[in-house]
Amino acid sequence: MTETVLRADNLTVSFQTDGAPVRAAKRVSFQVARGEVLAIVGESGSGKTVSARAMVSLLPRTARVEGSARLDATELIGLGGEAMRAVRGDRIAMVFQEPSTALDPVRTVGWQISEALRAHRRMSKAEALKRAVELMDMVGIPDPEHRVHSYPHQLSGGQKQRVMIAMAISCDPEVIIADEPTTALDVTVQAQILDLLRDMRDKLGTAIILITHNMGVVADLADRVAVMFRGELVEQGNAEDVFKRPTHPYTKHLLASVPYLGRERPAAMDTAAPAIEPQPVVRVEDLSVFFPGRIGSPPTHALDGVSLELLRHEILALVGESGSGKTTLGRCVVGLLEPTDGVLDVLGEDPSLIAPAELRDLRRRLGFVFQDPASSLNPRMSVGACIAEPMRVHGEGTKASRLDRVHELLQAVELPPEYAARYPHELSGGQRQRVSLARALVLEPEVLVADEPTSALDVSVQAKVLEVFVRLQHQMGFSCLFITHDLSVVDMLADRIAVMKSGRLVELGTREQVLRNPREQYTKELLAAVPLPDPEAQRRRREWRQRTILAAGAADQSDVG
Amino acid sequence: MDKRRWYASIPGYRLIKSTHGLQRIMLLTGLTIMALFVLVALTADWIAPYGFRQMRYQGERFPTQAPPSADHPMGTTAGGYDVMSRVIYGAQTALTVVVLAVIASVVLGVSLGVVSGYLGGWLDRILVLLTDALYAFPSLLMAIIVSIVVSGGSSGRIGGTVAAALSITVIFIPQYFRVVRNATLSAKAEPYVDAARVAGAKSGRIMFGHVLPNVSQTIPVLTTLNASESILTLAALGFLGFGIEPTSAAEWGYDLNKAATSDVANGIWWTGVYPGLAIVLVVTGVTLIGESLNDVLNPLLRTRGGTTTADEEDLVQVVMAEVGDRRAPLERDDAALVTPSRGLPQFDDYLADRAPPADEPAPGGGQGRAKGRGRWARAADGKRAADGDSAASAGNGSQPGAEEEPGGIGSGETEK
Amino acid sequence: MAKKQRTSRVALLRYLGLRLVLLIPTVWILVTVVFFFMRVIGDPITAAQGGRLSPEQLEERKEAAGFNRPVWVQYIEYLGNILRGDFGVSIKDQRPITNVLVVNGAATVELVFWALLVAFLVGIPLGRLAARYHDRLPDVSIRTFAVLFYAAPVFFVGLLLKLLFAAKLNWLPSSGRASSETEIALGKLSHRTHFYIVDALQTGNSEYIIDVLRHAVLPAITLGLLTAGVFIRLIRINLLETVRADYVTAARARGVPERKVVSKHAFRNALIPVVTVMGMQIALMLGGAILTETTFEWSGIGYQLSQYLVARDFVAVQGIVTAIALIIALASFVIDVINALVDPRVRY
Repeated sequence: MTETVLRADNLTVSFQTDGAPVRAAKRVSFQVARGEVLAIVGESGSGKTVSARAMVSLLPRTARVEGSARLDATELIGLGGEAMRAVRGDRIAMVFQEPSTALDPVRTVGWQISEALRAHRRMSKAEALKRAVELMDMVGIPDPEHRVHSYPHQLSGGQKQRVMIAMAISCDPEVIIADEPTTALDVTVQAQILDLLRDMRDKLGTAIILITHNMGVVADLADRVAVMFRGELVEQGNAEDVFKRPTHPYTKHLLASVPYLGRERPAAMDTAAPAIEPQPVVRVEDLSVFFPGRIGSPPTHALDGVSLELLRHEILALVGESGSGKTTLGRCVVGLLEPTDGVLDVLGEDPSLIAPAELRDLRRRLGFVFQDPASSLNPRMSVGACIAEPMRVHGEGTKASRLDRVHELLQAVELPPEYAARYPHELSGGQRQRVSLARALVLEPEVLVADEPTSALDVSVQAKVLEVFVRLQHQMGFSCLFITHDLSVVDMLADRIAVMKSGRLVELGTREQVLRNPREQYTKELLAAVPLPDPEAQRRRREWRQRTILAAGAADQSDVG
Repeated sequence: MDKRRWYASIPGYRLIKSTHGLQRIMLLTGLTIMALFVLVALTADWIAPYGFRQMRYQGERFPTQAPPSADHPMGTTAGGYDVMSRVIYGAQTALTVVVLAVIASVVLGVSLGVVSGYLGGWLDRILVLLTDALYAFPSLLMAIIVSIVVSGGSSGRIGGTVAAALSITVIFIPQYFRVVRNATLSAKAEPYVDAARVAGAKSGRIMFGHVLPNVSQTIPVLTTLNASESILTLAALGFLGFGIEPTSAAEWGYDLNKAATSDVANGIWWTGVYPGLAIVLVVTGVTLIGESLNDVLNPLLRTRGGTTTADEEDLVQVVMAEVGDRRAPLERDDAALVTPSRGLPQFDDYLADRAPPADEPAPGGGQGRAKGRGRWARAADGKRAADGDSAASAGNGSQPGAEEEPGGIGSGETEK
Repeated sequence: MAKKQRTSRVALLRYLGLRLVLLIPTVWILVTVVFFFMRVIGDPITAAQGGRLSPEQLEERKEAAGFNRPVWVQYIEYLGNILRGDFGVSIKDQRPITNVLVVNGAATVELVFWALLVAFLVGIPLGRLAARYHDRLPDVSIRTFAVLFYAAPVFFVGLLLKLLFAAKLNWLPSSGRASSETEIALGKLSHRTHFYIVDALQTGNSEYIIDVLRHAVLPAITLGLLTAGVFIRLIRINLLETVRADYVTAARARGVPERKVVSKHAFRNALIPVVTVMGMQIALMLGGAILTETTFEWSGIGYQLSQYLVARDFVAVQGIVTAIALIIALASFVIDVINALVDPRVRY
């Protein structure tokens, strides 16, 4: 690698609080060279975002930064006012996680790109707008002459992120800090944005600091990796080395926890699974759900003629991207949504047709695990009360017997029984999700619907939750509809997989068949877009994807929009 | 940890503890004024030098329009009343009306709001339409009309007090209704409500066991703002001559009216200034409490303090065991430090798929997509309270039901 | 590009059309509530002249005015009259309410205009300042001010101002819209608008203009400060919220100067809810106007209304209140239009 453009030395960030100052980053040092991608990896709370933002002073007033960060000859720490402004955007640009909030909703995207240009270059409004069109073309936004006048809400998430990138490269910066640039995006869109970033790096020679928690993204894009853990930079090195020969225990642990598409499931999950019986517990036929549109616009088809069966003791994964209808289907099954049309048979009943009392009886036999454990547990109820609630509403047991059962379940999800007295906000995300699982299982349901149960969790925590989940399924034998967008997770636990897109079922088959030998083009695209947490394998995979999948996909590209 | 001090159990102690600096000064000032106000109102019979309609002492008539003196520390009015006594007894009237009005409007407004928001359907639509129409109407005018309807204008002590309280209640119900209904709508969209539904809980249990406790946090702020507004409304009613007769009870607004129309032009200031100051003081006190409550309960505006996120203890232990480091676990969500409002990573699919049931008129507000917080919501409280913030922002506005997109379904995230 | 603009205009028109349609039930409910409230009190004739006339005379009057017909017939007639723009004739002084609306309405509009001017001049800069120095001394003092503006009833502020500037210092007149000479001079104008400042400008006589302005100062400050308190709080809180928005950080991150970050991004977004609330302020200002007008004997619609209320002239009250309801509905529509222009998300 050639000359270093940005180097941080002993960067320490602390936040002033009512109590003692909290140090969010401790003596962090790294550097990045021209044309190089440095990935700063870590889970939430590791200090990765804070250290990156410290270099461009985009932290709240309560933050105090010590140490040094030099951009060529310029010392950034302590740089204030106009001098710092001149650096931002012109020499160091940023791409944010959530493009829909990082764009001003009341200004057109062209206006915002022009603003970035005019902040650093003397040019007229017309010139800036013309340049904005060129930039939008460069980042692959179709029809840039028209789109330049669009407001952010008129663009899709991927397009918005492309606009953010156009803005970042507008002044040809030396460094781009990309803070979780693909976390809010679907996996196929993520692949495209990563391609775009790589492309920009190659064309412009910009150094990129990529902040992410996703090891697949790191493997795909990074030249070098810096691993952060609890505010400290624990390991740094070439991507290959870090992935192949991690030295720090945290890195090892992290890499071991990352689900890897196409790898065997971890040993911890290999307990004896109950034999699947060919007898459906849930059956949907031609199920449709329409939401009425606004006045004058057609209704939205959230679910459009889907048929499938969930067999006894089986884990069926519903996989798809945003708007695929997978969550809608799951909510229909537990009676949270009424289907517009079609047959719905859950344990012999249709939850949308039976009387409230019968629905309650049916729900005794169903369980549901929500995506976000933080909001699915009532913040005003103790953990014990949360878990016991299904028993209480069904008038099951006495107070004492319910408490025994709560302790039993806490043990089953590997939490200490004392946690019954705690409140949800006192628990970590992973612990809360295990509580959520315990609540869903307290009545020993025959069918469990799990809606993205691990998406809100950090990787290392996710592994633990999945492990508990699989073990309990093997023990209790419930049938499970596992809804997720993450194909790597699916590979760990599903018996069969249903791939969905825009409210329709695309492909349904065994795990082996769908993941190793997909029949449909969309499934292939989806699979190809999942980045593998291994730089070498991912490079081969990327090349293969560009060669085969995208070439084949180009033919029916119109279908994708 | 458990070594709590005795004063920790005083209600409001934790509230005061959670404030800091100037905010705490504001809160304490407000609380002091309120305590003083309640004390004066309760002990009026003992501390007032004369009765509120007393005109003579030991057989001798009070002088009229006399400036402050030893006998009459705040002077006397044109009618020969002692100003100080009327100011003190005015506190009694104000307190009675405020308590009555606030209790009545909280009980009615909150239960209507929860039921209407949770059940939805036609009842909800009609109530929303009705309250929105009432809400748009000048509240003072509405109060005047109601007070005329109830009492035919002005009347005796009990009738007048009830009439005033009732007319204030009528103008507040729409406010509580809106806020609580919107909060209910967003609470209804929360997964924990779904979780209770899936568990098989009945509507009543969900409404009053799950929704209400979570909605109720918005109520204190609104209540304080309304309490101050009700004092002002009471005074305005009195000022315009629709309040309580001067011989039935002392009322600050009525006394101000007498002062403003005749005394001021002659430079007689004491008849107006003292009751006026009393109003200002009490309203300021209540408003200060409301403002600080607002800041405390609205985490968006709170300067980030020492809220440590729960540790991923297992992970830390696993790693630390290997590193051989057993420092106390310390971990903070750096993303949260940088952008306080951001929660967990949001997955578009989750939001997109989470469209409300088809029968819902106005999709609830909780999950903010681009326009998650309706403009009416933020604006909702703007009438007099006028902070388009926490209390009001608890959910989406109700009126523009037709213009809300259904939970963001339309914004499919596919690349073109 | 032309096509794009056209489709967005169609979307805007469709949105506004929808708002207009939604206005109908609001207006209908308001006028209905007004009507039935007024009927609960009893018939207007008895209310206004109960003690003064014999029962027979009352019956006669009621018969003549049509108040002995079934309520729903009167209700239909009332709705019909509103559609025709007829708000009735007062019992007290036999004035058509439309005349009250034109003459006294002009006075109120003039007062509200001056007050809004004060509110903008005071409220917006102070609100921005408070947000900028969040939780520091300027913020705290401005907020204290805002709380005081809010806590002081308009009639008390008016009283204090009158005491100080009229009674004590004798700088400004204490009541009325103009001195009697000016009133007479303006009365001679052939095209009277009833907006005194416009009329005074018509005369071209600087004495009259100054006299009218001098009379407006105290009422405008009284009502203006109340509204300014609201503005300060609103702007402060919304600015604080938008300043923390991601797009503001993003603008900073691309090197946009701080001044522009606030004015182009934060302020504009903060204005969206403020605009909405300003619409609702009209209701508040009308309430405040009643009190301000009563305090300063400013013969606006609020002052007139309170006179009719005291006289128990419920025909006049009903007419004026109905008209106010219509004005409020219309104002909320105007706010919708402004909102749609400011916020692209509203018009899709």
